[in-house]
Parts: sequence; structure tokens; C-alpha cells
Amino acid sequence: MRSEEPLAGSSINSANNKSANHDEPVDSPAFTARPVAAEEIPDQAAPTTLSTAQDVPVERPLQVDTGVFDELTRQRAQEIIARYPQPRSALLPLLHLVQSVEGYVSQAGISFAAELLELTTAEVSTVATFYTMFKRRPAGEHLVSVCTNTLCAALGGDEIYAGLCKKLGVGHEETAGRPGSSGSITVEHAECLAACDLAPVLQVNYEFYDNQTPESAVALVEALQRGERPAPTRGAPLTDWRHTELQLAGFFGEPQELRDAVDGPSAAPETLAGNRLAEEKGWTAPAMPGNPPPLPAVADKK
Amino acid sequence: MTERTLTPVLTRRWAAPRSWTIDTYTRLDGYTALRTALAADPDQLIQLIKDSGLRGRGGAGFPTGMKWGFIPQAKPGEQPTGPAAKPTYLVINADEGEPGTCKDVPLMMADPHSLVEGCIITAYAIRAHRCFIYVRGEVVHCLRRVHNAVKEAYAAGYLGSNILGSGFDLDIVVHAGAGAYEAGEETALLNSLEGLRAEPRLKPPFPATSGLYAAPTVVNNVETICTVPYIVNGGSDWFRTMGTEKSPGPKIYSISGHVQRPGQYEAPLGTTLRELLELAGGMKGELKFWTPGGSSTPLLTTKHMDVPLDFEGAAEAGSMLGTTAVMVFNTTVSVPWAVMKWTEFYEHESCGKCTPCREGTYWLTQILQRMVRKEGTPSDVETMLDICDNIFGRSFCALGDGAVSPIRSGIKYFRQEFLDLCAQQSGHPRQAALSGSVR
Ligand SMILES: Cc1cc2nc3c(=O)[nH]c(=O)nc-3n(C[C@H](O)[C@H](O)[C@H](O)COP(=O)(O)O)c2cc1C
Ligand code: SF4
Ligand code: FES
Repeated sequence: MRSEEPLAGSSINSANNKSANHDEPVDSPAFTARPVAAEEIPDQAAPTTLSTAQDVPVERPLQVDTGVFDELTRQRAQEIIARYPQPRSALLPLLHLVQSVEGYVSQAGISFAAELLELTTAEVSTVATFYTMFKRRPAGEHLVSVCTNTLCAALGGDEIYAGLCKKLGVGHEETAGRPGSSGSITVEHAECLAACDLAPVLQVNYEFYDNQTPESAVALVEALQRGERPAPTRGAPLTDWRHTELQLAGFFGEPQELRDAVDGPSAAPETLAGNRLAEEKGWTAPAMPGNPPPLPAVADKK
Repeated sequence: MTERTLTPVLTRRWAAPRSWTIDTYTRLDGYTALRTALAADPDQLIQLIKDSGLRGRGGAGFPTGMKWGFIPQAKPGEQPTGPAAKPTYLVINADEGEPGTCKDVPLMMADPHSLVEGCIITAYAIRAHRCFIYVRGEVVHCLRRVHNAVKEAYAAGYLGSNILGSGFDLDIVVHAGAGAYEAGEETALLNSLEGLRAEPRLKPPFPATSGLYAAPTVVNNVETICTVPYIVNGGSDWFRTMGTEKSPGPKIYSISGHVQRPGQYEAPLGTTLRELLELAGGMKGELKFWTPGGSSTPLLTTKHMDVPLDFEGAAEAGSMLGTTAVMVFNTTVSVPWAVMKWTEFYEHESCGKCTPCREGTYWLTQILQRMVRKEGTPSDVETMLDICDNIFGRSFCALGDGAVSPIRSGIKYFRQEFLDLCAQQSGHPRQAALSGSVR
């Protein structure tokens, strides 16, 4: 996975993030050492040196303010960590949580995750830059992802993507409008979205809009720009991208909100094509025996 | 020949009102297999799945019962040592991302409780008390439905401690990925679940002894695990009434592309493309090429319409069953263009860990893009085959092997189309594809 963009706010040089090793070229002090608690830093302005176990002097990290993450977010972060036998497993959901607050993986977000998991910021960055859902620049209110993999492309996905880029005057992972403001839209081309029977598809904030045409896609983003939230073909009532990111971190809101979201439609005609045909023709699978047959005996355990 | 019929087993509940709720699920026989299973000896369940012949639905077709049997278990009355002394984990691969594959997503949306029930039975069989369901991040509606099903199952006493009074404990965590096809490879999935980049691990050691947190781990696909409760209820003989001797059972075939009624069709393994097309209302236009199971499975043509689509049949035809993602293309689609699009995918998704795949997919993309721009030369065909030889069998994981499938099979069946495209050079000044290009 090649990263074309450095992480916003950082100076990590990840022009070819595919490099097999994890020690990517680093030229920012923020990426060279474990973050240090504020009270341990005598003079925050002046980077000093610090001895490691190997006695190699490394530059002290510049302090990054993680104050943007409020008490609720910190509580949520602790809940995420508590889900796993080992804290580091929480990293991906924590980065989703960061995006739900910041609208991208910010420098503060990297420091926040690093502090919580006792990792270096470099260790967090190398993970963040690997995954396509982690954005390096602030994203729009909505993220529109157009599948341009072969099957969708053959049925019009490429035209849909080109049409949206033209309409919005942007390219891959670029945002029309001020990021985060109402009606702002980030566009990306996506790989196969596991909806090929409904091709060509696109997603808004990862909710499915199936069987699109260049015209329907343009009409959809125009509605989004007007502040409307057209219902997806399959998925929950549309919110915004940050809200979806909170769900990806595992927070689905109050019981009623979860229920409404869960009840969003899912069964497209294509989904049920075989089911309906079987019903029409009276086809069923061979009947099971009336009672579960006895389970096989197992050889005596040695 | 008798008419091929559909056999809805896993898809049977999909059209039921609010099929994703525990009420609908239990009304339609849900959580009955769990009671049978919890009353049994775990080894009986492993034996049952072995007897059934169930093979993994994630692409490779590995026998599921055998995989479960590899988990080291302490001998009764003895103090466990080595891997058997560590906790065992069950990890569900719900990262569906192989181009063309679209079965696990509708399955999780429509019937998430069958996955939860399958997880409980499987965990009991392999003696795991923790299960992680790794759901692809981009399919947030699945994440919600599975999350909600797990919540409902806890409330009903099917999860947590002392499940249904059996003394068996299980916790399930639903985990969202973050966008990486390679995270679907089982060892890369484990790395991703540990908070690392989704790069694969060297095998051996296999996950069965050294998986998540270096502890014994079973990784199974969603559809595989959803099949388990039915085998418990119906028995292995019933399961084997569908499919073939070596590829038994029903299978969700996902038909997409130039057909009248694309969608999900659950039929016995061994169904042919000709039969599937009939079920799907026939072609739109004239058939040109198709994949039996995703873009990593070599393309097939009109000559292969009667190949039985089971693990053996697809392999004998020079392809693979893969994920039964049947993508169908008509004569309007250019093979070099389609191959270019898939190659761009592999290039983008290559994790970069090994050189043949990282560099090879890059150069293959360059050549194909140039060719599709009508700037190719006839020697490009041989150059591509040569690069493929350097990727296939020499890459660290199966993504590399998959990446060459469209190219090799595309050239095998449609070489002339590649050559014709090269012959149509548009006269643009040609950029050297293989020299001086800066990445
Ligand atoms: C690049 C790559 C991507 C894969 N993606 C998936 C996937 O999305 N889902 C899946 O179940 N298996 C995927 N697999 C296969 C897994 O490695 C593994 O074989 C499977 O999850 C095992 O489950 P099963 O035995 O139940 O099929 C992928 C393999 C490779 C090489
Ligand atoms: S073949 Fe190599 S570079 Fe490609 S995905 Fe696998 S490990 Fe990564
Ligand atoms: S190719 Fe677009 S969803 Fe699969």
C-alpha cells in the first residue's frame, strides 16, 4: 500500500511507504522517541537530548498537545483497550476513534494513541499509514467512495468516479468545500466493496448506494452539498463520516440509535435473487432428519 | 440430466422479516444446534465436522475439521505444557475483499446470529473462550448487525459465562478493520488484530500452534462458520447429500456482471456456469470470460461452461474455486483492460513485504497501462509472462500468486487480443516502461 501523502502535520517521509522494513526514513523529532509526559520536560520549547538504554542520544520529541481529546473520548479509549487481552490490539479502533474526533489521523491523534498504548509515535504512524481508511488530511462531512475495481468499472464505475471528480473539481482523497464544514465532500476511488452483484456501487460514509449511474451519483452529491441526507440502499440512515468512524471504534450510541441503525435496509433484490427463485419454483434443500442424528463417537482419549 | 435446483440452507432465512434479530432467528430454529453441541464432547464436534467433509469457504478450501483438530489439547489428567498451556483463540475472517466476492457481507447483514451460533459451537469444540470477529471496516452495516447480534446473544445467555448452564464460557469481540485487502490473509489478519500493519507471517509456525498472541488459534471464514450449526442439526450424511464426494455441501455462488439477474444463489457445490447462468436469467450479451471465484482465480472462457464448480473441478480446468465469486463479462469488455484494472488492484494492495510482489505488480501495472494507452509493443506480452514467473511461487504470501492469475490466464486464452492492442500503437512518443521510471 503506497502512501502518496505524508501524514498531515508530520514531516515523516513516507513517499514509498511500501518499504518492507518498519524503520522508515524519519526526519522529525516527533517520530524518534517515546513521548514524554509534560512534567518531565524542563523546557518544552527546546528539544534536548535524552539517553536511551543503549546510551544513544536521541532527540527529545516535541510535545504534542492532545488536549483536543476530551474526558469522554479518553473514557472511550479506555473501554476500547479493555476489550482486548493485549492493549496494542486496540490500535486500529483507537485510530478510528481519533478520526471521529479530528476528522483524520492528526498528529495529536498519533500521540494520543501512542501514549495510551505505550508505543512510540513512529510505531503508531507506521500502522496508520498502512490502512486506506486512515486519512492523512482532514476529510469532509461526507466521504464518497466509488468502487472502480474491474467489475464495477466495466459497468460504469469509472465514469461515475470521473463524473464526481469533475463535478466537485477534486481528485482522489481530495475534499470539495472546507473539510468538516456542512456539505463538504471527500471523494475517493475504492477497491471492490463486496457488493459486485449490485454494481456499480458507491458508498457515502461506508453506507451502500447500489446500482448507480453517473447521473444518480451526481444527484446524490448535489443533495449532500445542499445538506440533505438521502437514505442509502443498504445501511443506516446517513449521518456524517465522523459519526461512522465512532461506530467503527465500536460505539453505537443509545439503544434506540443502535436499533434504528441496525434496522436500516439490507436485503436488495439481488441479495434475495436465489432465495426468491427457490421460493417461486418450490425448491428446498434436502430435508434434515427429524431429530439431530447422534454425534459420532470419539476414540477413547489417550 | 435433472434440472439444477437451488438448495437454500445458509440463505434460507434471508427473506424473513427482520431476519437479523434474535427473535426471527430463534423462531426459525436458531440456537437449537447450540444446545445439542453443548451437551456433546467437544471432540465429537470436531469429528462431526471432519466426517461432514466441510471445506473452508474463504478461498483455499482447507478441511475445517482437520484445522480444528490441529489445536493442541491437553491430555486428560495431565498438566498442559507448551502451546496447549496457552489460551486458545477463535478468529473469524470477515474481511471480505477479494474482487468479485460478495457473499459474507449479505450473510452477515441478513443472518448475523448464524455466525454467532457458529462461533459458539466452534469455540466450544476447540476449547476457546475468546473469539474475535474481524469485520472489514468499509462494511459498517455488517459491523452493526454483528455487534447487535452479539449483544442480543449475551442478553439471552448464549454468550458470557456458564452458557445455558453448561459451564462453558465465551466472550466475543467484534473488531473493525481499516482498509487493507491483505488483512484478509490469515496471518496478516492476526497481525492486524494485534495492532500491527497487515503483513503476513512466515509459516510455519501455523496459527494452530502460534497464532494470535502466539497462542493456538483457529482462523475461519464467515461462511464456513455459519455452516457449522446446520451440520450439527442435520448430521454429516445430510450435509453430504449436497455437493460432491470431495467438495460436499451447499455453497453461496455470487453472480455478478453481464447477467440478467445478478445476485446470491445457494446451490450444491459442483454446479456449472451454464446452470448458474440459467438460474440468473441468462447473459446480457454474449459471454466472453469469467472467474469462478474472484480475481485471484484464473479466468475461464466459453469453453468451460460445463466445468463443475467445486474444488476439484475448477482446479482440473486450470483455475481455482476460490470464493465462488462468479464474475461474468460479455464481449464488450477488453481482456487487457480488465487485466490492467485487476493488476492495479494488486499493486495497490501489495503489502510491500516481499520484493517479487511489491516490484513485480508495480512493473506489470506500468506495462499494462502503457499497453491499454496503445503504446505497447508485442514483446510486452513475453515480458509480462517473465515477470509473472518471477512472482508466482516466489512471493511471501498468496497475494503474489493471485496477482499473476488474471495476466497469465488472460494471455493464455486471449493472447491475440493483447498482440492486436500492441499492433495498434497510436504513434504517441513511447515512454520507456522499464527504464528510468521514478516511483
Ligand atoms: C490476499 C489474501 C486475502 C484473503 N482474504 C480473505 C478474506 O477476505 N476472507 C477470508 O475468509 N479469507 C481470505 N483469505 C484466505 C485466508 O488466508 C484463510 O485461508 C481463510 O480465512 C481460512 O478460512 P477457511 O478455512 O474457513 O476458508 C485471503 C487470502 C489471501 C492470500
Ligand atoms: S506477496 Fe509479498 S508483498 Fe505481496 S502481499 Fe504477500 S507478503 Fe506482501
Ligand atoms: S467490483 Fe465493485 S463492489 Fe466488487
